[in-house]
Amino acid sequence: MDYVIHELKTHFSGRTFEKKREDLLFTTLETGVLVHALKHLRDVLGFRHLVLITAVDWIEEDQFQLTYLLRNHTQKTDVGLRVFIPRQNPVMESVHTLWETAATYQRELHEMFGIDFPGSPRVNKPFILEGWQDIPPYRRDFDTKKYSEETYFPRPGRKTHDPETYMKQKLYPDGTES
Amino acid sequence: MKYFEEDRSKFPPKNADGSFQIDPESHKFTHIWQGPQHPGITGNMSLELIIQGDEVMQCETHVGYLHRGFEKLMERRKYIQCFPLVCRICVPEPDFNEYCFAAGVEELAGIHVPEKALWIRTLVLEMARLASYLMWMGGAAGSLGHGLPGQWTNYLRDYILDRFEELTGGRIYHMYILPGGVRNDLPEGFKQRLLDVLDDIERVMKDVKTVMFNNAVFKKRTQGLGVIDPSWIEPYGITGPNARAAGIPLDVRKDSPYLKYPELDFEPVVGIESDAYTRLDVRRRDLLVTVDLIRQILNKMPENGEYMAPLPNVLNWEIPRGETYVRAECTRGEYGYYMVSDGSMYPRRVNVRGPSYTHAVALMEKLVVGVNIADVAALMTSLHTYPPEIER
Repeated sequence: MDYVIHELKTHFSGRTFEKKREDLLFTTLETGVLVHALKHLRDVLGFRHLVLITAVDWIEEDQFQLTYLLRNHTQKTDVGLRVFIPRQNPVMESVHTLWETAATYQRELHEMFGIDFPGSPRVNKPFILEGWQDIPPYRRDFDTKKYSEETYFPRPGRKTHDPETYMKQKLYPDGTES
Repeated sequence: MKYFEEDRSKFPPKNADGSFQIDPESHKFTHIWQGPQHPGITGNMSLELIIQGDEVMQCETHVGYLHRGFEKLMERRKYIQCFPLVCRICVPEPDFNEYCFAAGVEELAGIHVPEKALWIRTLVLEMARLASYLMWMGGAAGSLGHGLPGQWTNYLRDYILDRFEELTGGRIYHMYILPGGVRNDLPEGFKQRLLDVLDDIERVMKDVKTVMFNNAVFKKRTQGLGVIDPSWIEPYGITGPNARAAGIPLDVRKDSPYLKYPELDFEPVVGIESDAYTRLDVRRRDLLVTVDLIRQILNKMPENGEYMAPLPNVLNWEIPRGETYVRAECTRGEYGYYMVSDGSMYPRRVNVRGPSYTHAVALMEKLVVGVNIADVAALMTSLHTYPPEIER
């Protein structure tokens, strides 16, 4: 793992390094160097498998964290690259040219967090939420409870009858018993 | 022998990427939806197909309206309250989700799991693999017009579910693997009853091989169907049996050993041809490896010992700030949980990396072009995708 830290430090001025396990490393990079770093990791250091792309909403700091997790199958190690982008009007460079499968992740992030990836295939096409009008649902300020209360209404239940009073009413509708 | 040579002169020209140039206004193409209620489609997803004659020209996968927002729901629940949610992400094998979530919490909180619990967890994961494969085999046979093997494997799966009920109290959703260990020890006589089921499975799998895998029609329909080139493994992120069928031995149990797998003796099953038949066969052989693994686990498991580490009150449990990624090998490939904690009682973010995510969308859309419409369902079951892992 040390050679990965060394490479990222010298070429991409990696800032913080967090060695989570012997085979898992997280690092934070500048947004501008991310695609170069991914390409370098893929082509030179052998991290050829894109495990996932995901986002974390740090609403207090008004920014999104994007995490790109890569795996080297030969060395059996993982590196997670983190970048932070502003929460207002978030745009990130697309990596669908590096990995075909990245387009699917970016479609999901666009829909769920509202992060734009210009040039990514079908990124503006609805993926899971057809016809969604509200703010992107995975943002922290989206209130699921409020949304469901406004959108869905409880169905009125069936009328229930107590058998004793019901039968009395049926048999003696005018209330006169025997 | 004289082979039929098809006339492809009337087919539309191709683009540089291999896709067909389609003009929907030309009235030469039919636009149909396959699924979500198609018996051959695995779960609630649908394929939007454009066909000419009976050949698929273009495909788009639509992951449906099944479960939405598991990840979002988890952000509003305490860690321990997430367990009834995570097990619902994958119905045929919920234990992988429970394991990944529990292992992620343990790693963030720094909990040491007792030895016996590790063995029981390994056993539960392998039992889940068995149950999932047996259910899938019925679906795969059904999508190719074989009713019988599905009935055989489903009754065997029911026996495994009986064992799960004995062990955990639940047949489908177990909520058995919790942070710190497992909820209970093995009940009395459990080992012998499980071994009896394994004998049954081995016996019936021989019949399944004769009826299904040696069947000439079955071979004719699946051999050469949906070949995955080994060079696609990395750009498409293919893992698990789909990668192993292409001759690439990717298996998380071997690559990043977890639980007690380093102490067990097994080799990942690999294939060569990488077509639908090989993928089905790799899974059948993998099932038998699992049977062997369970026998090894039952042999090596210590009789006594703690099965749960002491924990603080889980309802007021604050997990230290940090992030981690935990993975496990399920029947479809690499299952992973990326978890971020902000130091509070609630997870900041949980991202589930379902193995179907990479197989069902980009890869499926690529493989299905040029396939006969009757074989689409078979191709899909050979990839063994599962929709809730995509929509979550």
